[in-house]
Amino acid sequence: MSTAVKPRVKAPAKASKGEIFEVKTLVNHEMESGQRKDRQGAVIPRKIIKKFTARYNGRVVFSCDWYPSISSNPYLAFNIKADESGTIQYVWEDDDGTLYEAESKLAVN
Amino acid sequence: MIAETMARGMTRRTVLTGMGVVTVLGFAGAGPGLAATAAYEEELAKVLQGRTAKDGRITIDVPQIAENGNTVPLTVTVDSPMTESDFVKTVTVFADGNPRPEVAVFHFSPLSGRASAAIRMRMATTQNIVAIAEMSDGSLYQQSAQVKVTIGGCGG
Repeated sequence: MSTAVKPRVKAPAKASKGEIFEVKTLVNHEMESGQRKDRQGAVIPRKIIKKFTARYNGRVVFSCDWYPSISSNPYLAFNIKADESGTIQYVWEDDDGTLYEAESKLAVN
Repeated sequence: MIAETMARGMTRRTVLTGMGVVTVLGFAGAGPGLAATAAYEEELAKVLQGRTAKDGRITIDVPQIAENGNTVPLTVTVDSPMTESDFVKTVTVFADGNPRPEVAVFHFSPLSGRASAAIRMRMATTQNIVAIAEMSDGSLYQQSAQVKVTIGGCGG
């Protein structure tokens, strides 16, 4: 891939205790399905992000497994319930083992 | 007084629209497995493991008609209190007519707050989206929705 993979995360900086907030994420990645063929008829090998994990102060609050049916430049939105101030860490795992990471800070009052 | 207001608000149009919605939903629910593949049946069996899934509790939000099968928005939400003792553990999403029917598996926790997630997916052809939810007590729920695809998105 020519461009660097750069995850983007949109999450609130503040929340009240017990509030459920939405996190929206986007990663630029081709998500090559392994179903396509090149001009010579050879199958283009699969290369996708297969796993996403969100950790809130170290606790896994949400994760998902992805398959070739996920669109390129995958978008993901999910929810988290605010219970304490801290850091939310987001990790995407590529088929080749590369990890793409991002984080956001949350202040809970 | 409330009843009176409702009766007055209930015009011929609202009644017909309501009936229309019921008809559409009824049709979608009874929609035949247009292009369900053997691969889908196999993957579904792996999730169910001989158990049966009940209907309900899951809402699948997808367009009825997707013009571009390369990127079809999907939101799946499961009705659950999401407490330590009663929450949704996983939701598995299948596209029953794709070459690889698995789309995504979402793993929730009580700290998810809401058992809901949104993604964008590829759809090769007109088919059903099937979601299976596994609750913390081990019970299973299932829901499906048909999406008509104008241009397929698996770029053969």
